[in-house]
Parts: sequence; C-alpha cells; structure tokens
Amino acid sequence: MNRRLPPVTQLGAASMAFVAAGVIYVAAYLPKRAPLGVAVACLACAAALLLVNALLLARTRDFAFWRFFQVMRWGTLAYFVVAGMLEYTFLYDHTHGAVLAIMTGMLVLFMVNVPLLMAFTVARFQDPVEG
Amino acid sequence: MAPSDNSFIVAAVAVAASAPAVPSAQPAELGPVLPLRAFPLVAVVLTGLVVAIAGNWAWALTFYHVVGGALWTSIDLFVGFVIGPILRMLPVPARVEFTKRFMPKMLVLMPTLVTMTLGAGFQLARQSGHLSTSDPRHAWVVASMGVVGVMAVVALALLSPANLAVVFELRKPQPDPVVIAGLMRRFVYAAAVTGAMQVATFVIMTRLAS
Repeated sequence: MNRRLPPVTQLGAASMAFVAAGVIYVAAYLPKRAPLGVAVACLACAAALLLVNALLLARTRDFAFWRFFQVMRWGTLAYFVVAGMLEYTFLYDHTHGAVLAIMTGMLVLFMVNVPLLMAFTVARFQDPVEG
Repeated sequence: MAPSDNSFIVAAVAVAASAPAVPSAQPAELGPVLPLRAFPLVAVVLTGLVVAIAGNWAWALTFYHVVGGALWTSIDLFVGFVIGPILRMLPVPARVEFTKRFMPKMLVLMPTLVTMTLGAGFQLARQSGHLSTSDPRHAWVVASMGVVGVMAVVALALLSPANLAVVFELRKPQPDPVVIAGLMRRFVYAAAVTGAMQVATFVIMTRLAS
C-alpha cells in the first residue's frame, strides 16, 4: 500500500482554502458588494488547483479507481444537496449578478473538492483490483 | 458538510490496530457504510432548517444555532476527553467493535449538527445586523468566519476523509495497522488545530452575545 501517489490531499486542501478565503472575503462586505478582484483571484486559484488535481489523478496508475468512483458518486450526491441548500440561501438573500456567479463557482468547487478528497483518501488504501 | 473531530477515537483504534492481528467481521455482517435509518431524521432536521431560514423565524433560527452549536461542541469534547480515554482502557477487540459502530454514526451526526449551527448562525447574524460592515461587532463576525473557514478546511480536507478511510479499513477482513497508524498521525495534527479553533469560537461567540 506504499504506492507513490500525487499530492491530491495537499492540492485539494489548498483549493478549499482559496474557496474559504474567497467566500469570507465576499461575506465580510455584506450587505455591500465587495470589490471582486480578490474573490475572482481566489476562485481562479481554487479552480486551477482542482484542475491540476484532476489531471494528476487521471495520470495515476495502480490506483483503486473502482473504490474512488464509488465514494465519489455518493459523496457528490451528498454535497450536491448541501450545495443546493447553500445556493438557495444565496438566492433567498437576493444575491445576484457577478457576486452570485462567483459564489456559485466557489460552491461548485466545494461540491467537487470534498467528495474528491474523501474518495482519494479512501481509495489510496484499497486494492487497485476490485474484489 | 463540515468539521467533525473524532481524533481520540481514531487514536485509540490506531493503537488497537497496532496490536497483533484483530479478527474483523466480514463485510456482509457489517451492513451499509452509513446508518441509513438516520437519514429520514436528518432530512427532517435539515428541512426544518430551510423552513426556519425561509421564514426568518427568529426563535427557530436561535434554536437551531444554539442547540446545534451546543451539541457539536459538547460531542467533540465528550468524545475527546471522556470516550477517548475510556476506549484506550478497553480490550483491543472491544475498541475495534465500538469504533466500527460509532464512526459511521458520527459521519452522519456531526455534519448535520454543523450544518444546523452554521446555516442558522449566518441567518441570525444577517438578521441582527452583525453582518453589516457598519455594525460595531462586525469584526467579530468576520473573525468567526475565519475560524470556521480554518476548521472547515481542516475537517473537510483531512479529518472527514480520514474518518471515512478508517471506516473502510475496518471493514476489511484484515485491517492494516500501518494504514490506521498513518491516519492517526494526520488526526493528531488536525485535532490540535481544530481544538484551538473551538476555543477561539467560544471567545468570539461569548463576545458577540454579551
């Protein structure tokens, strides 16, 4: 089980940190509209890290992808519900325009990042061959 | 989902798993990874939260925030300082059997409590005006967001995935003690951060409420 794997957890945590920083930055200005430069930069960094993570993972061999996708599917379902509730609160609070777009983008990254980290952590300790 | 800290439980199990071969139940005996019977209750609780937010119902929001926050913190501390030390004194098979049943429940319970606390808390802050930049306590609200942000990243990126990995590892016919010990190291560092954050949360919330 000592396979050399890409730093998915570290990159995922960094991506999540950018999401958290961006959301806090925008929320700190409520109910006024925050200057969006910093939030966009956070969103871009988080998205780039997620993309790098996905690419690194896709190139990985000798990995329990069967377990990864099993956990990812259920995790995504759970976090889709959570993200849906959060999106509802944004709309309910009359968030709109660029702020809504950025917050929704952050939410999507959150919704993908968390199940990915769970699925990777579980799968890395599983046998690459199902059964 | 959100922060859940079962570090002491995992630490105890890691010690247990480091001991000589522990017989483990076959997956067929273990049932689903998560306790499915709890899902309807979770759905009721979360639906109530949505209704409370949609109706801006101050009492319900306060109830969700206070009850959720109290249970979240209390369970964290109880598990850490009461259950954890007791577990360490139990025979190895008892620890493993306890954890197999305990961890899946925590994976459902803690995210629900955290969602209650944070969802209702944000709406309360909005209602009370603390979210406004002109509010004298605004800085405390932003500080609480920062604390929650750190806790969320640590919990979602490190603690929860490790929790789930331990659950899957313990479902194997022969759990690997090296794997569980490795996950324990991650927990020790992550738990130190979230523990400090819980104390910071106490300070901020009591400042906001007084």
